[in-house]
Amino acid sequence: MEWLVAIAIGVMTSCGVYLVLRARTFPLVLGLTLISYAVNVFLFVMGRLQIGEAAIISADTTKYTDPLPQALVLTAIVIAFGMTAFLIVLALKARSELGNDHVDGMSYVAEEQEKKTAVGDSK
Amino acid sequence: MNLLAFNLPLVALIPFLGAPIAAWAARFNRLASAWVAGIVTFLSLLILMPVVHIPFDNDTLIQSWSWLPALGLDFAFRLDGLSLLFSFLILLIGLLVILYARYYLSPQDSMGRFFAYMLMFMGSMLGIVLSENLIQLVIFWELTSLTSFLLISYWQYSQDARDGARMALTITGAGGLAMLAGVLMIGNIVGSFNLTDVLASGDLIRQNEHYLTVLVLILLGVFTKSAQFPFHFWLPHAMAAPTPVSAYLHSATMVKAGIFVLARLFPVLSGTEAWGWLVGGAGMITMVLGAYTALFKHDLKGLLAYSTISHLGLITLLFGFSTKLAAVAAIFHIINHATFKASLFMVAGIIDHECGTRDMRKVNGLLKYMPHTAVLAMIAASAMAGVPLLNGFLSKEMFFQQSLVATDHHPLSWAIPIIVTFGAVFSVAYSLRFIHDVFFNGEPQGLTKTPHEPPRFMRIPVDILVLLCLGVGMVPVLIVAPILTVAVAASLQGVPPDYSLAIWHGFNLPLLMSSIALVFGAIVYFYREKLFRWHDENLPRVDAKTLFNRVTHGLLVLSGKISRLFDRGSLQNAISWVLLSGVAATLYGFLQFDSPLFGDRTLLDANLLTMVQVGILIVASILTAVMHHKRLVALIIIGVIGLIVSLGFVKFSAPDLALTQLSVEVVTIVLLLLALFFLPQHSPQERSHKRLTRDLVLSVSAGVTVMLLAMAVMTRDYSSISGFFLENSKPGGGGTNVVNVILVDFRGFDTLGEIVVLALAGLGIFALLENLRLPAPLRDIDGREWSHDPHPPIMQTLTRLLFPLMLMVAVFIFMRGHNLPGGGFIAGLIAAVALISQYLANGIAWTNARIKVDMHKVIAIGLTAAFVTGFAAMFLSYPFLTTTFTYLKWPIVGKFEIASAMIFDLGVFLVVVGATVLILVELGKLSHASHSLAQQEKK
Repeated sequence: MEWLVAIAIGVMTSCGVYLVLRARTFPLVLGLTLISYAVNVFLFVMGRLQIGEAAIISADTTKYTDPLPQALVLTAIVIAFGMTAFLIVLALKARSELGNDHVDGMSYVAEEQEKKTAVGDSK
Repeated sequence: MNLLAFNLPLVALIPFLGAPIAAWAARFNRLASAWVAGIVTFLSLLILMPVVHIPFDNDTLIQSWSWLPALGLDFAFRLDGLSLLFSFLILLIGLLVILYARYYLSPQDSMGRFFAYMLMFMGSMLGIVLSENLIQLVIFWELTSLTSFLLISYWQYSQDARDGARMALTITGAGGLAMLAGVLMIGNIVGSFNLTDVLASGDLIRQNEHYLTVLVLILLGVFTKSAQFPFHFWLPHAMAAPTPVSAYLHSATMVKAGIFVLARLFPVLSGTEAWGWLVGGAGMITMVLGAYTALFKHDLKGLLAYSTISHLGLITLLFGFSTKLAAVAAIFHIINHATFKASLFMVAGIIDHECGTRDMRKVNGLLKYMPHTAVLAMIAASAMAGVPLLNGFLSKEMFFQQSLVATDHHPLSWAIPIIVTFGAVFSVAYSLRFIHDVFFNGEPQGLTKTPHEPPRFMRIPVDILVLLCLGVGMVPVLIVAPILTVAVAASLQGVPPDYSLAIWHGFNLPLLMSSIALVFGAIVYFYREKLFRWHDENLPRVDAKTLFNRVTHGLLVLSGKISRLFDRGSLQNAISWVLLSGVAATLYGFLQFDSPLFGDRTLLDANLLTMVQVGILIVASILTAVMHHKRLVALIIIGVIGLIVSLGFVKFSAPDLALTQLSVEVVTIVLLLLALFFLPQHSPQERSHKRLTRDLVLSVSAGVTVMLLAMAVMTRDYSSISGFFLENSKPGGGGTNVVNVILVDFRGFDTLGEIVVLALAGLGIFALLENLRLPAPLRDIDGREWSHDPHPPIMQTLTRLLFPLMLMVAVFIFMRGHNLPGGGFIAGLIAAVALISQYLANGIAWTNARIKVDMHKVIAIGLTAAFVTGFAAMFLSYPFLTTTFTYLKWPIVGKFEIASAMIFDLGVFLVVVGATVLILVELGKLSHASHSLAQQEKK
C-alpha cells in the first residue's frame, strides 16, 4: 500500500513540475495545484498510513492515527486554495495589463523573434 | 526618575530625536531649523554637564542595560577622559559649525534637510565615543558612514557630490564591516563585548593566535575611516560637500572616529611589532604623501583635504610608535588639528562664498578686501605649519621628539626623523601657499564679484577657534592640560607619563627640526613654479577615482554575469534552477547516510480497490500534463485527481481532510472555470524539443526523488508528539475530534495566522480585480456563440430549494466539529458552496438583491471573533488563546457542551465563508461586466 501512495505522490509531483515549467499562466496554475496535492499527501503520510483508526477519541479503542499532520494539512489545503485563487487572478491581471498570458509577460511578436534567434543559435 | 541614571544614552540619542524636529521646523521658517539644531546640541551638552567631573576624579561612568543577555550583549554607555574629550570636540565644534552653516547655506538650499542630517551625524559620532559595548560602537560607526553619505551628497543635483558620497560610503562602510568582524573576534577571545573587560585583556588578545587577523580587521576599519593610505582617496572627493560639512567631518568628527578607535584600543592592540609596522607604516606614508600632494592642489578645499590626510597620518604614526609619550602627543594633536583645521575650512567656505571660486590661481590679494578674515586665516595656517606660540607648534615638537626616541632600538630608526622632517617641510610649504597665494600675490583674477568681509556672525566661529589656537599655543597648561591628562589616562588605561607642555625646551633636536621645516618650507614655496612644472612633467597621474570606478564597475559586471547564468529574465529558467538545486540537495542528502534507503516497518497490504484508484490518479495526472493545451479538458481531469485524493484521505483515517479536500475541490474548479473564461482556451504548442526533453528529465527526477523520500519515511517507525494531543484532547480541550482540537486549541495561534492569510488573499484579489476590464470572447473554443440563457430554470428551482438544507448541513458540520469530523474550515467551505451555487444558478444581481451581506464585513467580524477569543483569555490572565469549556443541560437537546474554542472556530468559519465568496463573486462580477461589454460591442 505504501508503494502505491508513494508512486501516486511521485507521479503527481512529476506532472506538476512539468506543468510549472510551461510558458503559459494557466498550465502553471494547474501545475501548482497538482504540486499542492502532492505536498499535502506527502505531509499527511508523514503520520504513516493507518486504516480505520481516525483520531476521534472513544472508549472502544486505544489505537489512533497521528492527528498532528492531519491538522497541518487541513489548513494547508485551505491556504493552497487561497494561493491558487490569488495566482489565477494575478494571471488575469497580467493578461489585461500585458495583453498576453506568457509567464514572462512578453508579447507574442517578441517571443516569435526569440524563438527564431534560439533556432539560429542551435544551428 | 533620576535623569543622571541614563543621561549618557540621552546625550547620543537626543540629536536623533531632534533631527525630525529640525526638518519639520523648516516648513515654517528656514532659520528655525538652525535654531532647533543649535538648541538640541546645546541640550545634549547640558545633559552631559552633571557628569563631566567624573573623569577628572579618575573614575569611569558606565550606564548599562541588558540587551541580549543570551549573547552577553548590553546596551551600555561609558564616560571616561577619552570619551569626554571627543564629546566636547563633537558638541562644541558642532555648535560652531551650526552657527556657521546658518549663514553659509543659500536660500535655495533646504535648511531642514541639512540640519536634520547634521544632527543625525552628530548623534552617531557621540554614540561611537560614548559606547561601552563594542558591537554597539560598530553600529554607531556604520551610522556615521550612512549619515555622512547623506551630508556629502547634500547637493544631490551635483554629479560630483553623488560620486563622492558613494565613494565615501563604499570605502568607509566596507571598512566598518571589516571592523565588525574584528570586534566579533575580540569578543570571542575575551568572552565579552564590554570595553571594560576588553581593555583589561590586552595580554590575552596579543598572545592569541588570531591576534594578527584581529589587528588587520580593526585597522581596515580605522584606516578607511581616517583616510589612511591606501584608502585615503575618498576624502578629497568628499570635498564636494558643502563646506560646513567638510569643516565638521574632516576636522573634529568623521575622520577622527578611526583615530578614536586607535586611541581606545591602544592598550589592547599596541606594542607589538605588527602594530608598529602596520600603524606606523601607514601613518608615515599617509603623512608624507598627503603633505606633498597638498602643495599641488589649486583648489583651496583640495589643499585642506590633503593636509587633513597628512595630519591624520601624523597622528596615526604617533600611535604606531606605541610609547606612552607618543600617545600623549597624538591626543594633543587631535585637539589642535580639530581647532585649526575647522577654522581653515570655514575660512575656505567664506572665501568661496565671497569670491564665487576656490581656485588659488584666481583668488589672490584678499588681504585688503577682508583683512579680519585674512588675519584669522593666517594665524590658523601658521598653527597648521607649526609656527611657535601656536598650538600646532607644541604638538609638532612632541611629535619630532618622539620620532627621535620612540624607535631607537630599531636598525632603521635613523630614517624616521628624516622622513618626518621631509613631510614637515611640505606641510610648511602648503600652509605658506594658503597664506601667500590667497591673501597676497597680486590682485584677484577674473572674479565675478568683489569680495568683502562675511556677515559678522559667520566669522564668530572662526574667531573662537583661532583664539583657541592662540590660547593653547601660549598658555597650554591652563587651557588644555587638564582634559589632555584625563584623556591620555583613559586611552592608556593607566597613569599618564610625565610630559611637559612648556613652550620653550631650550635648543634641542626637535627645535632644529622645526627650524629646518620652516626654512626649507619657505624655500620650497619660493621655487614652487619650477616644482609644479617638474611635478606635472615627471610624475605619473594616479587617479584613484578612475581606478575605484573601474573596480566597482567590474564587480557590478561580474555579479551581473553570475546572476545571468541563472536568471535570463525568464521565469521558466529561474524555476528550473530552483527545482534542479532542490532535487540535487535532496539526492545529496540521501548520500550522506549509510543506512539503507528503506526501513523495515511492516507495510500494509495493497488491495485491488486502492490499486484501481491509484491507477486512475496516475492516468489523470499524466493526462493533465499531456493535455494541458486543451485547457478546459485539463481542468476537468484535474478535478478527478482532487476527488481521488479525498477518497485516499477517507481510506487512511483522515475524515476531516477528506471533507475539506472535497469542498475545496468544488470551489477551486468553479474558480478556475471562471478565470478560464478570460484566458486563451488553448496554449500554443512549444516547439523547442530541447526544452521539452530538459523539462521532462527534470520533472521525472523530481517525482522520483519525492517518491523515494516519501517511501524512506513511510517504511520507518517513529515516535510522535501526538501522544500528548490524544491524551489531553478530551480532558484539556473538551473535544474528542483531536484534529479539530489541535486546530482551534492546541495550535490555535497557527490557525489564527492562517485565517489572516486567507483574509488577506481575499482582500488582495478584491484589490487586483478592482477596475480590471477584460473583454469576454464572443464565441467559445469551437466557434459556437455563448448561450444567452445562463440560468436554466431546473437548476434555479433546485438550488433555491436546496439552499436552506445546505446551510443546515454547514451548521451541523460546524456544531459537531469539536467531537466528530467537521469544524469551522469545512463548515465554512460548505456554506460558501451553498452561497456560490445560488450565484451560479440565479445570477449575481438576483442573489445580491436577496443576500445583502457585505463579505468584507463577514471577514472582519470573523477575524475579530478569533482575536477576541485570544485576548479574552489574556484578560483573565491566561496565555493568549487559552480556551475553556463547560457542559450545559438544555431541554430536549440534552447535555450540551459549550467551549470558548467554538467562538474561535466561528471566526474561522466566517473568514473562510467571507474570503471564498468574496473571491468567487468578484470574479463572477467581472465575467458579468465583460459579457455586457461584449454585447455592447456586438451591437
